[in-house]
This record gives sequence, structure tokens and C-alpha cells, in this order.
Amino acid sequence: MTNTGFVFDVLIPVGKIVAVILYPMLMTIVMIWLERRVVALMQKRLGPNRVGFQGILQPFADAFKLFLKEDIMQDQADPLLFKVAPVLVMFSSLLAFCFVPLGEPIRIGTYQLTLWIAQSPVGLLLVLGLSSISVFGVIFGGWASNSKYPLMGALRSVVQILSYEIPIGLTVLSVVFFARSIDLVEIVNHQSQAKIWFGFMLPVSFVVFWISAIAETNRAPFDLPEAESELVAGYHTEYSGMKFAFFYIAEYAHMVLVSSLVVIMFFGGWLAPFPNVPAFAFLKVIPGFVWYLVKIMFFLYLYVWIRATLPRYRFDELIRLAWKWLIPLALLNFLVVALIRYIL
Amino acid sequence: MIPPGYFFILSVVLFVLGIIAFFFKRDLITQFMAIEIMLNAANLAFLALARSSNFVDAQVIVFFIITVAAAEAAIGLAIVLLIFRKKKTIKTETLNSMKG
Amino acid sequence: MAILLFFLFAAFAVGSVLGMIISRNQAYSALFLVVAFASLGGLFGLLGAPFMAVVQIIIYAGAIMVLFIFVIMMIHLGEGISAEKKKWTIAAAVFMGIILLAEIVFAVKGAPAVPMAGQEMAGTSPTEIGRLLFTKYLYPFEITSILIIAALVGAVVLIKKREGE
Repeated sequence: MTNTGFVFDVLIPVGKIVAVILYPMLMTIVMIWLERRVVALMQKRLGPNRVGFQGILQPFADAFKLFLKEDIMQDQADPLLFKVAPVLVMFSSLLAFCFVPLGEPIRIGTYQLTLWIAQSPVGLLLVLGLSSISVFGVIFGGWASNSKYPLMGALRSVVQILSYEIPIGLTVLSVVFFARSIDLVEIVNHQSQAKIWFGFMLPVSFVVFWISAIAETNRAPFDLPEAESELVAGYHTEYSGMKFAFFYIAEYAHMVLVSSLVVIMFFGGWLAPFPNVPAFAFLKVIPGFVWYLVKIMFFLYLYVWIRATLPRYRFDELIRLAWKWLIPLALLNFLVVALIRYIL
Repeated sequence: MIPPGYFFILSVVLFVLGIIAFFFKRDLITQFMAIEIMLNAANLAFLALARSSNFVDAQVIVFFIITVAAAEAAIGLAIVLLIFRKKKTIKTETLNSMKG
Repeated sequence: MAILLFFLFAAFAVGSVLGMIISRNQAYSALFLVVAFASLGGLFGLLGAPFMAVVQIIIYAGAIMVLFIFVIMMIHLGEGISAEKKKWTIAAAVFMGIILLAEIVFAVKGAPAVPMAGQEMAGTSPTEIGRLLFTKYLYPFEITSILIIAALVGAVVLIKKREGE
């Protein structure tokens, strides 16, 4: 009896924590390979295809190179902030993953294994708040480097992230309106009861959220803070070795986090598609976790697709897009959603 | 359950540290930060009281305090920037033009 | 378990406020303050106020401190301002702090004991706070929104460069 108690009270939580740390790393490895190959194929290049079958081992080679690389900190840098910045970025995205439900609870005998570390009544806000802490890593990283391009990148990213947080908040509100909860698990459960995903009910919210999410994660076409043609590499220009790897992994972890949020809020999380069509009932056999993975892989692919397709925005256009288009659109959408909710 | 007294003690300690920080620092921005610490200490006391007396309204009041603090920070920092633009300094000891 | 978390967060909060007082660099002060506010958010969570914890993290740690750091970057005082050198102000600060501490402790001791709620609250759900906000506290809520708009416009007007300046 004590033995099972030990397993349930200690081993499983520790295992979950390890899984939450490993999961973004694993996704990063997948994404590095996917991104480089897909972008190359879209641009009629070959991309990495030498290391392993179709270049599958390329990310490991990259990681190995970063491990061995000399960790340089130039003299004029601020030592404390320079070291803290990558940790902050990494910390915020990993901590936010604790609250993201990855699948439906699995029943093992009498024990219910939940695929999340913590369920909070304010989970959605908590994830958004924790992931916004990463902006400090970007600011401090850019500022502590004490040179021109990182500082420019950091300033840009502050303005960008603060601006795009507003449409995100407004669109999240419309989802909360329908789900009547800020709890991520409850939001998915509500979609399973309603038998319709919020993405189809609130298409405008989804589109606005997705555009803002791309801007929040500093990805093309909104990758102004690290625009390589203007700023060398933006806020992490001066970083090398493991510290750079931290920024790199954190960026991908953030993408995975945002994709998870989109999937959970707008596309039913771990639910199987077509709940109304009896012919597709066999889809429910596949475990929820797999559906979740399939869905977030689609959105991660969308990230790469957009990056390979669209040219980069100019900075003033980027801010104009947020304040003159997305925020009014999100407000209007919110108003309409509120009216519909009131009438229904 | 944690005794609410612990929270009160912590809140008092933070408030006093905020006051010390306010007098210790010599520039407007960090003094402003010290004020924020005091506000937070007060919020903590509020919530601890709400918990011990089972009074949910206190949370709403803390919500108002936080929103007002956000507005205050925006205005205050704008004033600090304005002072810096006019006087080229934010050290409080050099801002003595009102001194007779 | 909860008491351990309390001491952890309390140590983080007090330690980082002390660090903020000691550090001579404004950016370090801001970093310490972020840690202090985040751990205060954790304490709010321990007090059964998860919504307030999140508001604390989003607004204080996520928005207000970003503003502070942004202003610090714009002013960019380089070396930062060294802490107070005149001995008498340090002494005065510490003295005042001790007096205040004694005063508050004295006041708290004299106060009647707070009536303790019988059982532990399960924590307030955001729904409950929302209901209070839009019924009992509707007017304060609306007035706060006007205040925020006023602050927004005021900040823009204050900072805007006038013609010919």
C-alpha cells in the first residue's frame, strides 16, 4: 500500500515535471528539422539532408555544436542581467506549460492520471501572464548586451509585445464568454458538451488571436525584434553557446505554448473531430493526446508556412496593424459576441 | 492553514522596507518603485484580512487598487520622463528649483 | 506544505525588496521588483485569491514593470545612481522605519482579535468576483474605467512633444 502511495504521490508528479521540461525540448528538435526542411522545399532548396536519414539528426548536430561552443560575454555587458535574461525567457515558458492540459485524464485502475500538472480556476490568464514574463528576458538580454543592435531589438520587442497583448486579451475574453470559465480544462469540456469548437463559432476571434500570437512569439512576418537584415539578430546578437540555445529553445517553446492555447481555446484541445457525424465515431478510439499533438503540429506547420510565404513587415506598419486594425476589430468582435451571447 | 498573522507580519515588514527604500534612494524612478512596494504590502494585508474574515469584497477592492496603481504608474512615469526631458536629471537632490 | 510555500514566497519577497534597496543599478532594482511582485502573486494565491494572483502577475509584473524598465532604458543613466551617501539620511530612513514598525506592531497588538472564519475557504472563483464587480461595485468599476482612460490620455498629452520644442 505504501508502495503505491509513493508511486502516486511522488513518482508521478516528478515524472510529469520531467515530461513538461522535456516536451518543449523535444518539440524544438522536431521543429528545427521541420522548419529548415519545409522552408527549403518551399524555396526550391534542399535544406539539411546529410546528417542521418533526410537530415533528421541535424538538430542534434546543431545542439551538440551549441553545447561545445565557447560562451562569450563581452566586456561592456552587464554581467548579472546578461546571465539572468536567458533564464527568465526559459523559465517563463516552461512554467506556463504546467497549466496546459495535454489530453483527457487517463484512468488506470482507480487512479486518474491527469495530463496536466496543475488545474487552476484561472488557468488561461495564468498561462498568458506567465508567458508575458518572457518579455523581461528579451528586454534585459537586449539591454545588458550594451550594444546598438540588441538594444534596438529589445526596444522594438517591448513595444510589439505590449501592443499585441491587447488584441490577445480581447479575443480571449470572447472565448471566456462562451465557455463561462477561465479554466483551460473547463473550456475544452465546454466544447465537448456544445459539440462545436469555438474556432468555428468565433472565427474572427481565432484569426485575430492567431495574428497577434505570431507577433507575440516574434515570428515572421512580425520578427522585427530579430530582423536579420536590419539588426543582425536583434536582442540575442551578443549571445553564444548555451545562452543562445536557451533563447532559441524558449522561442520554440513559446510557439508550442501558443499553438497549444489556440488548439485548446478554438479547436477543442484533445477532442476528436466531427463529434456529430456517426460515421466518424471511430475517431474517438484514438487517444486524446494524439489528437492534441496532430492539431498543434498543424499550427506549428502553419507558423513555418507563413514564415516561408510572407515578407517581413516594416515596424511602423506592424504597430499600425495592431492599433488601427486588430484592436478595433477585436473590440467590435467582442461587442458582437457579447450581443449574441445576450440574445441566446 | 497558515495563520493570518504571518501575512500581517510580512505585510508590515514589506511596508516598512518600502518606506526605507523611499528615503534611501535618490532618484525618482526607484522612489516610485518603493511606493509600489508599499501599495503591494497594503494589498497583502487586505487579502489576508479578507481571508480571515471570509469577506470576498476585499478582493474586489484589491482589484481596484491594482487598476488604479496601473493608471498611476502610467501618469507618474510620464511625469518622470517629462522632468528628465526638461531638467536632464531625475536625481531628487538636484530638483530643488522650488527651494527659496 | 502551504506553510513551506508561504515561507518560500515570503523569503523571496523580502529578499528581493532588500536587494532592490541595496542595488545601485536601476535595472537591477527593477529586476528585483519583478521577483518581489511575482512572489507576492504567489502569496495572493495562497490566500485563496487565485484571480488576484493572476491580476498581480499580469498587471504588476507583466505591464507596470515593463513600463518602468522602458523608462529606465530611455533615461539610461549608464552607471546608475549610487545609493545615498549622506549618512544622516540613511540613519533617518532606518530610524523612521524602526519607529513605524514599532508603531504598527503596537497598534496591531492593541487591536481586537480578528474573528476567525470557522472553516477554510475553498478560494474565491473568478465568477464570484465578476458578479460582485458588475452588481454591487458597478459604479466604482465604471469610474475606474474612466480613470484609466483619463490616465491614458493624460500620459500621451504629457509626453507628446509640442510644436517647436
